[in-house]
Amino acid sequence: MAPLWMYLAVAAALFSLGVFGVLARRNAVAILMSVELMLNAVNINLVAFWRYSETSTDLLLNGYAFTAFVLIVAAAEAAVGLAIIITVYRNRRSVIPEEAVALKG
Amino acid sequence: MELNAITIGFVVFTIFTLGGGFGVVTTRNLFQGTIWLMVSLFGVAGYFILLSAPFLAAVQILVYIGAIAILITFAVMLTRSVTRIKERYIRIVPSFIGSLLLFLILLFGVTVPIFGSHLPESAPQYVASTRDLGMALVDENGYVVPFLLASVLLTAAMIGAIFIARDEKAKGG
Amino acid sequence: MDELCTGLCQILVESGADAGLAQFLSLLVGVLLVSGIPLVTVIVLIWVERKVAARIQDRIGPNRVGPVGLLQTIADMIKLLSKEDITPTAADRVLYNAAPLVSFASVVLIWAVIPFTPFHFGVDLEIGALFFVAIASFGTLAIMVAGWASNNKYALLGAFRVVSLLVSYEVPLVFALLVPVLLAGSMSLLDIVHAQTGMWFVVLSPLAFVIFYVSSQAETGRAPFDLIEAESELVAGFNIEYSGMKFGMFFAAEFLHVFTNGILMALLFFGGWMGPLYYESPLIAFAWLGAKGGLIYFTTLWLRNTVPRLRIDQIMAFNWKFLVPLSIANLIFISLALKVMQELGASPRNLAEAGFVELLPTTVVLLVINGAMTIYLLGLLRKRGQEARRESMAARVPLAQAAAD
Repeated sequence: MAPLWMYLAVAAALFSLGVFGVLARRNAVAILMSVELMLNAVNINLVAFWRYSETSTDLLLNGYAFTAFVLIVAAAEAAVGLAIIITVYRNRRSVIPEEAVALKG
Repeated sequence: MELNAITIGFVVFTIFTLGGGFGVVTTRNLFQGTIWLMVSLFGVAGYFILLSAPFLAAVQILVYIGAIAILITFAVMLTRSVTRIKERYIRIVPSFIGSLLLFLILLFGVTVPIFGSHLPESAPQYVASTRDLGMALVDENGYVVPFLLASVLLTAAMIGAIFIARDEKAKGG
Repeated sequence: MDELCTGLCQILVESGADAGLAQFLSLLVGVLLVSGIPLVTVIVLIWVERKVAARIQDRIGPNRVGPVGLLQTIADMIKLLSKEDITPTAADRVLYNAAPLVSFASVVLIWAVIPFTPFHFGVDLEIGALFFVAIASFGTLAIMVAGWASNNKYALLGAFRVVSLLVSYEVPLVFALLVPVLLAGSMSLLDIVHAQTGMWFVVLSPLAFVIFYVSSQAETGRAPFDLIEAESELVAGFNIEYSGMKFGMFFAAEFLHVFTNGILMALLFFGGWMGPLYYESPLIAFAWLGAKGGLIYFTTLWLRNTVPRLRIDQIMAFNWKFLVPLSIANLIFISLALKVMQELGASPRNLAEAGFVELLPTTVVLLVINGAMTIYLLGLLRKRGQEARRESMAARVPLAQAAAD
């Protein structure tokens, strides 16, 4: 079985890729996809720590259950996020977040 | 680390996860980006199997590939100003440096402390099953409140998404 | 497969092979067997489907190649393979070529969790039923990718229609699937079959079976939900740009999916391999499963060739306004009734160990609930039908008067 630090390294790399996408990409859909990458990096960490800690023996399912909740939140986030993107596109013909500045003072 | 099925699986899923993630942040074409995202998340599902959480792996595939991928592809097609965007990136250099720094911080900040901590070297033999997760989710000493809250959140998100994305013209009724 | 593996492993180890190698080889044999069975089955299935369709339409069907046309599929395969392998210039080459493979693989992978007999199965996953649903979502994605990668407006429009259909009908399918899972208290297909020792689940909840049947008919894109094809109106939909064996892959995937769903329904609702004398020999058990699956498969073919195609708005309205509420209500009522019965001690906690007699009270209660729901629904449908007829009559009367004037 691969040691714990390998999972953590992969998760760190995936999280950084997601951060790069959020910072650098211009398209709102691409940014949303990068956020999904970050969420999944977090999930890898949660499950890996749960699996490698002693708590997995005495039925404490914190990591396991928390990951399930992250998945639920990810689904809700994607649905609402994409609905907002489509509405902004419909009103402004643009999917670039910097251009949606109607509320800027 | 000896060569066995789990090691090979780990290497393959790492290629999937990081390769897919790289594809997501670099492809110009958003549809291909979605497919890369799915490759990456499939790799994550593979990790869940290696970490003996098959339920999470199945839910991961069901939620991401079955639902979110379809949702994103629909959104990509419905917002086709994609071609109007000339440059793919803004502030690419600071973003790159920032995320690289973050990677190093995460790598050393999270990985180094686990050496010499109370965490065991290898994973414990016994592991909770899907049945245990199911019992814990509805146990009053377990996660029943978050579980109910999550269902409320999902319902609210569904209603919200439908309300936001509804066509203005159809809102009269 | 477990049984087979240990058998093969032992023989290999005894003849002097390395233990690791023996295990690997026997696993390989198992994988090839499980994936090979559906590949061989699909050749026969295409012939069966064409023969049945022909008989229903008062034709003879394929009858030239081989005895009663049995080798027709092989001839067709040779034809498809020898055709020019076309990739449109504007297509996305990688995704265009990957889509048929993913589509076919998504069906073959389901066979990994199907238990053929009590002892012969690919793997007995703790999450078997969930695995089936998760794998099916690859098929949906493959269709989307095929439509987009073809770079053709008609293909993309066809893919949109099909994907919205598949995603919608997945909801009642999963809710209906939850009923056997709930009754058996396990997601493993093996446990679900074992839990039907006393009583088949189709008796405990016929409504769940009907919902599963209808939505799996939609999932496989068969009439009356065959928007995937709709040859006459929609120029064939998402696979319009595909030719040769790539088209053949989509085709084979669809045919195999129908039969796979038949087998799944036999496992989930009709007791799988249970039947007289099934414990005598694995062959008898396998024959029972094949017979039940084949019978369900035949009814889907029958339905496909009998009913007309629906419009997409009718299909969606039927799903969201009828099937989804019904499947949710069915699940809630059954889980409530089961819990109350168990608290009262009238129903066994573990169905796998309960006999026919112990299950009788549960059966009666669940059947009454299902019957009441069916009667209420039929009444509701009757009212809706009458209203629709009255409206169409009201719309027709002024037209008739205008014509008379």
